[in-house]
Amino acid sequence: MEDGMIKVTVIDREDERHELVAPTDMNFNMMEVCKSYELPVEGTCGGMALCASCHMYVLTDHELPEPSDDEEDMLDQAFFVEDNSRLGCQIKIHEGLDGLEVKLAPVGE
Amino acid sequence: MIQTDILIIGAGPVGLFTVFEAGLLKLRCHLIDALPQPGGQLSEIYPKKPIYDIPGYPSVLAGELVDNLMEQIKTFEPGFTLGERAETIEKQEDGTFKVTTNRGTEHQAPVVAIAGGLGSFEPRKPPISNLADFEDNGVEYIIRDPEFYRNKRVVVAGGGDSALDWTIFLADVASEVTLVHRRSGFRGALDSVEKVENLAEQNKIQLIKEAQVTGLQGNGKLEGVTISHKKEGEIIKETDHFVPLFGLSPKLGPIGDWGLEIEKNAIIVDTFDYSTNIPGIFAIGDVNTYPGKLKLILCGFHEATLMCQSAYKIVHPDKKLSFKYTTVTGVPGFDS
Repeated sequence: MEDGMIKVTVIDREDERHELVAPTDMNFNMMEVCKSYELPVEGTCGGMALCASCHMYVLTDHELPEPSDDEEDMLDQAFFVEDNSRLGCQIKIHEGLDGLEVKLAPVGE
Repeated sequence: MIQTDILIIGAGPVGLFTVFEAGLLKLRCHLIDALPQPGGQLSEIYPKKPIYDIPGYPSVLAGELVDNLMEQIKTFEPGFTLGERAETIEKQEDGTFKVTTNRGTEHQAPVVAIAGGLGSFEPRKPPISNLADFEDNGVEYIIRDPEFYRNKRVVVAGGGDSALDWTIFLADVASEVTLVHRRSGFRGALDSVEKVENLAEQNKIQLIKEAQVTGLQGNGKLEGVTISHKKEGEIIKETDHFVPLFGLSPKLGPIGDWGLEIEKNAIIVDTFDYSTNIPGIFAIGDVNTYPGKLKLILCGFHEATLMCQSAYKIVHPDKKLSFKYTTVTGVPGFDS
């Protein structure tokens, strides 16, 4: 893998796997990575942890920072929430996340 | 019937600034918004967040930007229909449009500018398969009149401020209140969390944590809910009302059925003047799309400005228009 790039896998809502390459030096988060590949993630609020439209499940055991109060708040308003639920916009891309695998949560009405 | 020159759907920053640019051309505006206050997302979602890319403002709070826009357009006396959603549009024989809201308020204008952002804010509905069957028959997403629940059994779901506040309020009104929350803790205002915990200890309400409402029972009218508890499994709870309070999310809504060309939830426009496929209807700000589109407030301001030039030609087909700088003419307002 090229320096400054990591590989992540996103499983979409039809269970299709997408192997994505994400730059580590562009201040990206997982919501933005998905959007840049035109995967169906809304990211309505633009990444402020103020909507829940980038809700995803983390499938690998990469170490992630604990969710902030804002993120927990939004997860309280989301549906299909599981123990491994996170907002993609709060998962910042860095070298340590190489090999990360996530699944997009279903969207409510 | 409310009559105006430009009817603006959406009172967010772009809709508000349209009033200013239209006012400079002596065009009157009226705004419709589903939210009870102007400002759109800025007021509803992030009023306390600083914005750094408004030209001339190194930093401005979203709420302040809305206040400033309201101040800037005051002289042009815009009308507002707030707390109502634009529902239908009809082309009239005289070429004008009639727009009616969900509450039946009618508006008429030769130009309609859709500045609807991501859509109108609607309550988030939990994914329960037969939820729609009980809407207004025991399921309510908004509490309009708490008296409605007097001496009734109510199940509230959610963990945010509104779920907490209504649980506290209804404890004195309803015969029985149950609050169902996904997690073991709450992140709402500390004071409300404490009150809810106290009410539960005193058995004035029932608090079911680490649980979600996953099913509804009843025959035409709600009789009970299924609560799935993380450890205890399914619990059936008899109730008269179920009130899911999971905040609001934007939906394009009825505008999607107005015959406009739409791509990925956005209205396709011509960048010459942000006109849509229907002459007389324009779309500006986050609601539109075109090659190179960026959803930025500053781009919306630009779009609103160019749109007003074409709007003028529709309102006054026989009048010439001369472009003026505010440094030359000031902001004259309307002749009374």
